[in-house]
Amino acid sequence: MSSNSFAYSEQSGGGEATELGQEATSTISPSGAFGLFSSDLKKNEDLKQMLESNKDSAKLDAMKRIVGMIAKGKNASELFPAVVKNVASKNIEIKKLVYVYLVRYAEEQQDLALLSISTFQRALKDSNQLIRASALRVLSSIRVPIIVPIMMLAIKEASADLSPYVRKNAAHAIQKLYSLDPEQKEMLIEVIEKLLKDKSTLVAGSVVMAFEEVCPDRIDLIHKNYRKLCNLLVDVEEWGQVVIIHMLTRYARTQFLSPWKEEDGLEDDEKNFYDSDDEQKEKTDKTKKSYTMDPDHRLLIRNTKPLLQSRNAAVVMAVAQLYWHISPKSEVGIISKSLVRLLRSNREVQYIVLQNIATMSIQRKGMFEPYLKSFYVRSTDPTMIKTLKLEILTNLANEANISTLLREFQTYVKSQDKEFAAATIQAIGRCATNISEVTDTCLNGLVCLLSNRDEIVVAESVVVIKKLLQMQPAQHGEIIKHMAKLLDSITIPVARASILWLIGENCERVPKIAPDVLRKMAKGFTSEDDLVKLQILNLGAKLYLTNSKQTKLLTQYILNLGKYDQNYDIRDRTRFIRQLIVPNEKSGALSKYAKKIFLAQKPAPLLESPFKDRDHFQLGTLSHTLNTKAAGYLELSNWPEVAPDPSVRNVEVIELAKEWTPAGKAKKENPAQKFYSESEEEEDSSDSSSDSDSDSGSASGEQDEQGGSSEDSSEDSSSEPQSDSESASEVGDKRAAKRNSKSKWKRDSEDGENENEKSRTSDSSSADSSSVEESSSDSESESESESESESRKVTKEKEKKTKQDINPLTKDVSLLDLDDFNPVSTPVALPTPAFSPSLIADLEGLNLSTTSSVISVSTPVFVPVKTHVLLHRMSGKGLAAHYFFPRQPCIFGDKMVSIQVTLNNTTDRKIENIHIGGKKLPIGMQMHVFNPIESLEPEGSITVSVGIDFCDSTQTASFQLCTKDDCFNVSIQPPVGELLLPVAMSEKDFKKEQGRP
Amino acid sequence: MIHSLFLINCSGDIFLEKHWKSVVSQSVCDYFFEAQEKAADVENVPPVISTPHHYLISIYRDKLFFVSVIQTEVPPLFVIEFLHRVADTFQDYFGECSEAAIKDNVVIVYELLEEMLDNGFPLATESNILKELIKPPTILRSVVNSITGSSNVGDTLPTGQLSNIPWRRAGVKYTNNEAYFDVVEEIDAIIDKSGSTVFAEIQGVIDACIKLSGMPDLSLSFMNPRLLDDVSFHPCIRFKRWESERVLSFIPPDGNFRLISYRVSSQNLVAIPVYVKHCISFKENSSCGRFDITIGPKQNMGKTIEGITVTVHMPKVVLNMNLTPTQGSYTFDPVTKVLTWDVGKITPQKLPSLKGLVNLQSGAPKPEENPSLNIQFKIQQLAISGAPLSSLAAMDPVTASCAGKTKSLHSSFLPSSPIPPSTENEDSEVPLQLHRHRFGSSWFLLFLKVRT
Repeated sequence: MSSNSFAYSEQSGGGEATELGQEATSTISPSGAFGLFSSDLKKNEDLKQMLESNKDSAKLDAMKRIVGMIAKGKNASELFPAVVKNVASKNIEIKKLVYVYLVRYAEEQQDLALLSISTFQRALKDSNQLIRASALRVLSSIRVPIIVPIMMLAIKEASADLSPYVRKNAAHAIQKLYSLDPEQKEMLIEVIEKLLKDKSTLVAGSVVMAFEEVCPDRIDLIHKNYRKLCNLLVDVEEWGQVVIIHMLTRYARTQFLSPWKEEDGLEDDEKNFYDSDDEQKEKTDKTKKSYTMDPDHRLLIRNTKPLLQSRNAAVVMAVAQLYWHISPKSEVGIISKSLVRLLRSNREVQYIVLQNIATMSIQRKGMFEPYLKSFYVRSTDPTMIKTLKLEILTNLANEANISTLLREFQTYVKSQDKEFAAATIQAIGRCATNISEVTDTCLNGLVCLLSNRDEIVVAESVVVIKKLLQMQPAQHGEIIKHMAKLLDSITIPVARASILWLIGENCERVPKIAPDVLRKMAKGFTSEDDLVKLQILNLGAKLYLTNSKQTKLLTQYILNLGKYDQNYDIRDRTRFIRQLIVPNEKSGALSKYAKKIFLAQKPAPLLESPFKDRDHFQLGTLSHTLNTKAAGYLELSNWPEVAPDPSVRNVEVIELAKEWTPAGKAKKENPAQKFYSESEEEEDSSDSSSDSDSDSGSASGEQDEQGGSSEDSSEDSSSEPQSDSESASEVGDKRAAKRNSKSKWKRDSEDGENENEKSRTSDSSSADSSSVEESSSDSESESESESESESRKVTKEKEKKTKQDINPLTKDVSLLDLDDFNPVSTPVALPTPAFSPSLIADLEGLNLSTTSSVISVSTPVFVPVKTHVLLHRMSGKGLAAHYFFPRQPCIFGDKMVSIQVTLNNTTDRKIENIHIGGKKLPIGMQMHVFNPIESLEPEGSITVSVGIDFCDSTQTASFQLCTKDDCFNVSIQPPVGELLLPVAMSEKDFKKEQGRP
Repeated sequence: MIHSLFLINCSGDIFLEKHWKSVVSQSVCDYFFEAQEKAADVENVPPVISTPHHYLISIYRDKLFFVSVIQTEVPPLFVIEFLHRVADTFQDYFGECSEAAIKDNVVIVYELLEEMLDNGFPLATESNILKELIKPPTILRSVVNSITGSSNVGDTLPTGQLSNIPWRRAGVKYTNNEAYFDVVEEIDAIIDKSGSTVFAEIQGVIDACIKLSGMPDLSLSFMNPRLLDDVSFHPCIRFKRWESERVLSFIPPDGNFRLISYRVSSQNLVAIPVYVKHCISFKENSSCGRFDITIGPKQNMGKTIEGITVTVHMPKVVLNMNLTPTQGSYTFDPVTKVLTWDVGKITPQKLPSLKGLVNLQSGAPKPEENPSLNIQFKIQQLAISGAPLSSLAAMDPVTASCAGKTKSLHSSFLPSSPIPPSTENEDSEVPLQLHRHRFGSSWFLLFLKVRT
């Protein structure tokens, strides 16, 4: 870029008249030795006069004509002095056209361009935001290196402008300045960092674009803004969405663990022996053992899903590639429907989408199989679309649909578009190799095509048949004979070469024909194509080795012809073959092996998709389309082995967050400190809750107030509307707040256009913003859905609220969240939820107005990954069993606790029929067993879930774990913490529940 | 992102160029012309071309090529989608997207391009915002401007740009408040020789023309929303509401726009409303063949089928055709070998047919395959999917805020003269026929009275 602009400026720096010949930009020279010279000059004089007149209309006319010249690519640079005078014109249209002119020619006339700078500097201070913005745009677009400091200053100022529109333009200016002068990088990164914190959706797309261009490797700048970006995403304009989604895809690949890993718990045994109490173990365990998705990872996947419905194909494709690259394999399926929808748009979109589908369909057939028929070729499709569709159809072929497909292919073969017909034959060949059931059918079909009238079809069939025969050479003597006959008629070199090769390979199976073919070929040797000549030589050599009596002379004749051929490849091959096969004194040890060399068993060719190797490019990118790395392509990194610290994304004060991340004992000692640090928090939380209670406060007011108390939290709260309402912590209040703010928003929007950027995020009329809110408060079954920081906040506030009156609750809460399995002496009564969790989720989804008595089950914030030994491998004769509590609602019954049991086979033989035998349960306890496992491979492991109703007691559930041969007595004793169901309820409800006998 | 844009007409003239960064020489288009030559057919020019220093991404619209120059990695769909948006904007401003229109309005085109992209990144693409910044040309306005000296260019930032509904401009006023919805459904079907459907699917769009004052908040519901398999929305539609209630709720842009497009799953069998009897044969060793097609209505639900056009791409060996239509007129282009038959309306009493002789190149082998037929037709007031609109409700926020609650205003549906939909139908002689239909369907006219 910069070198480019440099080159251009150099060119134009010289005298125009002399260098016009090379002047890249102009097609018609205003001066020169042609007759045009005088008239052009006159015309320009005319324009100059108009520009200098007093009347705006004349000036406007002149400018319009000049813009017309620019548009046609004519050179209008000599008018520069006359035009630049008008930069300060009052007439806005003249001004705009002068801007257009300036941007085009300033680079060539740097000195004169400087005259206009002061005008822009003035305009940058204008009260009209449109004028400020366009001044910045032009200032940053004139590529004059001298003004870099002025631009830098202007960008810095504009990035703090009150108008988000101006800030958006500032983000664009960053990229321009960077391409003009890369040395400003450090300063620009500072501005980017500042703008990334911006809460306006208008700015988000542009600043991420600047980020991608200037410092795509500074992933650390994103951490703090990650959640904000995810939440804003739906509201960002479509172009910004594309850029942000691509950036977040890369981000996710560096920050989260792979959701694709299969569970493997084999090494756990050893690990349990040492460092069991260590935190580190928690971490490695997390990666190895049970994968739980980072809530932030889930947030991104969830928030991008609605965008699949976008009208903009680029957005849909961006979401599709995000799902493909970062979501769990089981969730990728939802993108196929939307991608198929895109096939209805214009051919360019189809082309790109089909390419991407082709790549996907290689790896995951199942995704597009239901849409097989959507890829049927229409006669009106352009050839490039047809071939892509054919490619996909071939990828999707399997035993079930092959017959339908082949019937469809039959029609394609007859297409008038011969290029496409040839591609179809290739496709049939690929199907035949991939699906062994139809190989013979395909082969027969292809043989029929050999009698086709069209030569291209025949030639293609020959080539494909050759490949197919190579895979199963034994039984096809007839086909080879048939093909040998074709040699007389067919003229296409590839086909002829293929037939010759085939005969050579199978010369022992067609002993009579082969020498005859060689004879015919020898006759016409000189007139053949090089490709065919090489194969004739090969055929001769092979026959010489197998049937030298008949063909010795013929081969020597051919070798002589080859010796004097014009093509050096052929001469070379001739010399090589002669040395190898014709015995003479000099020939070394190799000639003994000549037969082995020529008639070795050759591996059958793999007929592969041309899209096979594209998958290492990120889908939807230019590089993927071109299948080469485009300039500026950013590699998608592999998933990290160990997740980087997720707390970097927390927008709250770090020390607080730390307390909650590491599991275990640390917490027990901490309560005093915690209360400490909270006292300062209390103010602003009361602020926010009182604000959301009072329905009069405008959204922006609320945010300002919060911003006063702590800067960090203000960013957080305004970008994530739900954090305000969540901080109220009680469901009832939350609902009320929501209702209030809803009606409040309504009024805002009705009041007209007094919006500032803040109400942008919280306006109800763009349901999307409220949707963010709703979705996050949904207690959906995905436990990860709540972003961590918020839930932390929730629990913290809960404690705060209750600490004065009731201590038990504090304990209760911490029990839920800690990985603490010491049985606690005080059994806590379990409040029964009024509704089942799913019903509540439904209710919340519908956003019903609320009654405060609803108790909602909150999703677990933290699921311990600690496993307990159920059966040790020593005592289990090689069968080891571990269990842990996933803290999910049990699917077997409301009262049951769900337990996941992982069974490992550490022996070297199969363990068969693993099941649960006799149960010794205390009275009232119930257990739902897993289905018997037929067999477990050596080194294999399997996870099953079991539900046990412990009757709210810590009594031990004993039962027998049986295999085919043995029975082992095992028992599970639940820690109290696992028996509790986390619920969120209002303080009032809590007291009520507590007051109950 | 987008470095430069070149507009090229069919004969290969570059008639407009615009650069957003440093100037890129026109000679970069040579690579494009090279590819165009190789492709033979305009349709087959690859959308993405790689050159030594640049990448060219192009679209073909209305006989024009929009060629953009790219220097670094960018999602190709991003550029393609944007270029189409540019073409749409031209269409919107000048009524057509043609070379003549663009040349006539080159200044406005330039101003538009300047607003739509900044440094190659889209800045404002919503037509409502653009129209506030740059007024579309009308004869009246140009007269007024020349007298008063006012200009086409707005001097304040459109409010929509900053609001959360960038697609709608502020202060819209109409004396007659009207909203039109045009449901157009297309059947895309492949039909085999015997007439049975190999594959059919329905694609529908709802285009709207909204002329309502203020900030109307509309909700639109369907008779049978479950039928809609996959939907894509204009950004104005509230996604949550659709998810939960299957109601389209939105504050519309002012003017024409596409509200949704949808697909109806192909499981439901689609009744194809026409059939074609065909008999096309070429005699071996002679230089002529017979051509005979007849079109008839089928399951048309009492509606007339009109605007029928048949296009046939004849094989290359065909020299000329001597045909007699019972109805309408036909043309045969000996260069492109395209036969076009403009049929008009079907009257069940007398089915239209086209019969005659085909002259072939003498000596050439007879064509192996019979050509495929492409048939287009229109049926008015018929939504083939069975998912037409059922009701529209409007909330006027002005009224609502006064009363303190929202109130739904009286609304009524009057099916009015529908805009003729078109249908495409294509079929081929030998084992497969391709049919493409585009059904037009109902138009609803709605009158709204806004109480204030």
